[in-house]
This record gives sequence, C-alpha cells and structure tokens, in this order.
Amino acid sequence: MADLQSQNYIRRSATTMTPPTTRSNVEEVAKLIDVSRCIGCKACQSACMEWNDLRPEMEEFQGAYENPHDLNPGVWTLMRFAEYENDHGDLEWLIRKDGCMHCEDPGCLKACPAPGAIVQYANGIVDFISDACIGCGYCIKGCPFNIPRVSEKDHKSYKCTLCSDRVAVGLEPACVKTCPTGAIMFGTKADMKDWAEERIEELKERGFENAGLYDPAEVGGTHVMYVLHHADKPSLYSGLPDKPHISAIIGLWKHVLKPVALLGIAFAGIGSLVHAIVSGPMETDEEDEAEARKEMERRGKS
Amino acid sequence: MSRPKDAITRYKAVSRLNHWLTGICFVLLMLSGLAMFHPYFSWLSFLFGSGQWMRAIHPWIGCLLIASFLGLFIQFWHHNLWERRDTEWVKNIDKVIAKKEEELPEVGRNNAGQKGVFWAMALLVPVLFLSGLVIWEYYFGHATSIEAQRIALLIHSAAAIGAILVWIVHVYAALWVKYSMRAMIRGWVTPGWAWKHHRAWFRELAETGSRGPEANPRNRTP
Repeated sequence: MADLQSQNYIRRSATTMTPPTTRSNVEEVAKLIDVSRCIGCKACQSACMEWNDLRPEMEEFQGAYENPHDLNPGVWTLMRFAEYENDHGDLEWLIRKDGCMHCEDPGCLKACPAPGAIVQYANGIVDFISDACIGCGYCIKGCPFNIPRVSEKDHKSYKCTLCSDRVAVGLEPACVKTCPTGAIMFGTKADMKDWAEERIEELKERGFENAGLYDPAEVGGTHVMYVLHHADKPSLYSGLPDKPHISAIIGLWKHVLKPVALLGIAFAGIGSLVHAIVSGPMETDEEDEAEARKEMERRGKS
Repeated sequence: MSRPKDAITRYKAVSRLNHWLTGICFVLLMLSGLAMFHPYFSWLSFLFGSGQWMRAIHPWIGCLLIASFLGLFIQFWHHNLWERRDTEWVKNIDKVIAKKEEELPEVGRNNAGQKGVFWAMALLVPVLFLSGLVIWEYYFGHATSIEAQRIALLIHSAAAIGAILVWIVHVYAALWVKYSMRAMIRGWVTPGWAWKHHRAWFRELAETGSRGPEANPRNRTP
C-alpha cells in the first residue's frame, strides 16, 4: 500500500532530504501490552490477520503453544509462551505478544538502502512501504528485535504496521480493539506511560516487586511498550532483549565506512583528474621506436 | 591505426575477451553495489530497471565475475610473481608518476603497479564473493545467523570500497599510459611501447625473436 500522506514523516530510509514537516500538532502514540493481563487467547493474532487480510500457510504442529512457530511475512504478531519457575518453585506462564516494537530510533530504517521503503510517521509508527522495498533484507540486520521477514514470493519485507491505516483515521489497532481482557491498550505515548504506572503499582502490591515498564532507552524508547511482572529480566519472556540496541556493526557500516568510502573514492577520482591535467599522458615517441628497432636488429645479428 | 607489421602481441584474443567480461561485470556490480551502499547513488538503480531487479541481479553478476576472474587468474598469475625489482619500483613510485621511469630497473611483462592491482583483486574478489553469499537473502537468508550476516555486510562493503579504489587506479593507469587501452582492446603494442614501458620483457622477446604470446602470423593485419 502507498504511504499515508495524512501523516508527516520524521524519518525516511536512504534519503538525505528533509521529509515534509508542515503538520505540527501530531502526538506520539503507543501501544501498551500488559503481559500480566494476557490470557494467551490469540485473538490479537486473528484480528491482525483479519484486518490486514493475511492468511499465512498452515503449519505442522511443533510441540509448543506458538502457532505458527515464528513470525513470517504473513504473521505480523505472534503470542510467545514461556514457562518460568520462579524463586518459590512456582510455575509462571509468561505470555508475550511479539511483533514490531516501533522503535523511536529504528534500526531497520537506518540499515535500509531503498529510498522511502521504510518511513517513520510523526506519531512514531515505523512503516514499511512495500512499493519501494527491494527485498535485500538489510532491515533484518538492522533490527534489534529480529522482527522483519522477507517474503519468498514477492521479495518484500513485512512486519506489524501498528495498523498505521487505522491510526491515521483515528481508530485503534485491530489487536487492541479485539483484546478481550484489555491487555492491549492504545493511546498517546504519555497516556500509556501514565496508565502503565498505575498498573505497575498494582502489580507491586500483589508481590511482583520487579514489575515495570519495558520502553528501552537504548533505541530511544519504543512505541510498543510492555508492562512486565519481571521487568528486571525481560529475557524471561521468550528472549525479549534485556538491552536492545542497533548492532555496532551497523553503526560502523553507516557512520564510518560510508563517509570514508565517499572521501576515498572522491580523492582517487579527483587525484587522477588533477594528475591527468597537470602531467598529461605517458606517451611513446619515435625515439623509443628507433631504440626498439636498434635492439631488435642487434639481437637478430648476435 | 591498423596493426603494423612489427607489432608485438601483448594480450591474446581470449585474454582480452576474458578481461572485458570481467570488466563489464565489475562495473555493473560497482554501480548496483554503490546504489545499495549510499543514498547518494540510489538513483543508479534505474539503470537496472528498478531496485528490485538490481537487488536480484547483483549476486548473479557476482557469480559470473568470480568465474570470469578465475580465467584471468589462471592466465596471468605467473606474470605477476613479485620480484626484487618490483620492490624497487614501488619505492620510487614518485619517479614513475613524474615520468622518470628511465631511472628505475627495467620492467618485465608487468610492472609492480599492475602486479599490485592483480593481487589486490585476487584477494578482494573471493572475499566479496564469499561475504556476498552470506548476505544473499533469497538463497542464504536462513543459512547463517543474523549476526554473521551483519559482519558479512560490513566486510562486503569494505572490500567493495577497496576494490573500487584499486579499480580507479587501474583505469587511470590504463588511460595515462597511452596505447594501453589499444593493447587491451586490440591486443598489440608497438616495439617502441614495449621498449619504453616493459623493457626487460621486450629484451626477452627480442632475444628469442618472439612477437608475443600469440605468435601466429595469421592473426596479424598486414
């Protein structure tokens, strides 16, 4: 689908121009996933498929509650189930709705080489504009959360859009609308943080002393946040990164190699041109031909 | 200018074809690679139809290049073995640039600069090929870990920049030394050219009365 002109971009992949910025009254949005309220019903997965017209291929049973077993180009959100034995020897079933976190500083967008294939709207949503996607998979390398998936059919990369189309016209994302327990909330980022705070207080009163908000600062915060009962150990929740960050290798590539390469190529090119103009070509003249003939005759005689 | 009677063959037809196949592949890879490397060059993707086509065809051209380069390597490696006089040449590169090559030891079939280009490419082409396989999303996207692909991406771009710099030197040298291009397109040089730029090689040929690697008179234009 095309981009949403009703929203300003604040970032656009592989672009050096300033994106349009005239709309100034846009509030940042966020989805808040309260893991402690989730019952693992997968209604959000169904709603996502329903709204986005996704019908992923049926898979074999893999021996776990995840269905399908991983995100794929047709599965933009996925309930992940982890069994955790706490310090009291009790079993906790930690269920996390996985999907794009909509980072404030998106690694996918940073790594993307296709102009305008990944954009970030002023409301914070990070969206893939499939039209411009070239299917190189660099977004996968840029992402700290292992979210984007490239389709083998159309060679385009896909992930959760945070229902950017719904949000643009003032609706909540499909998963939020459908969640039967109110575990998924949507609103301005500020409101969601306030709401999370109340909820975290409740959880602490119930004995989850490490309850907290997952809004990792390493990626500038995210527009999908979790309330976790064990915010001190996010990795308990099916490998949610404790400290997600854009790989330093991507930084080396984008911030060091790119300018060095441009300078190097420019230096070599301009240097050659200057030398050509100042020094002129290395030519062979009649004298050389005569010398060569002499040499050949001399050798011929001996 | 048609080939003079006393011309010396420098590159056989098969070597020339092999060289230009490699060269065309290299230029296409460079253009598409730069387009995927830096937004300044994104517009180059239109040369390949679209970004999608460019992304799809780039690795295949790479496969063709390494096969073609292997042909060059087999034909040319023995011309590029490093000798003591090459070190001397490199140490006095300023004299070469100032066109005072006369003051240096006589040059064999290839000078140290040509050998440097050869061995740099002999190193960089396989590095580019192997790192390129790792980041070939369509076939090998699931073959390695994402972290391995990140490293491969960095190696691939760094090696590519290295190869482009070597290529600029290679192209400029070919343009700078007059009639090098004719040698690589038509295959022959005048005795004076060989005398001036590759005197040791010329003396070897004169010694044996040879006219170069393709000493077949039928290939000569009268």
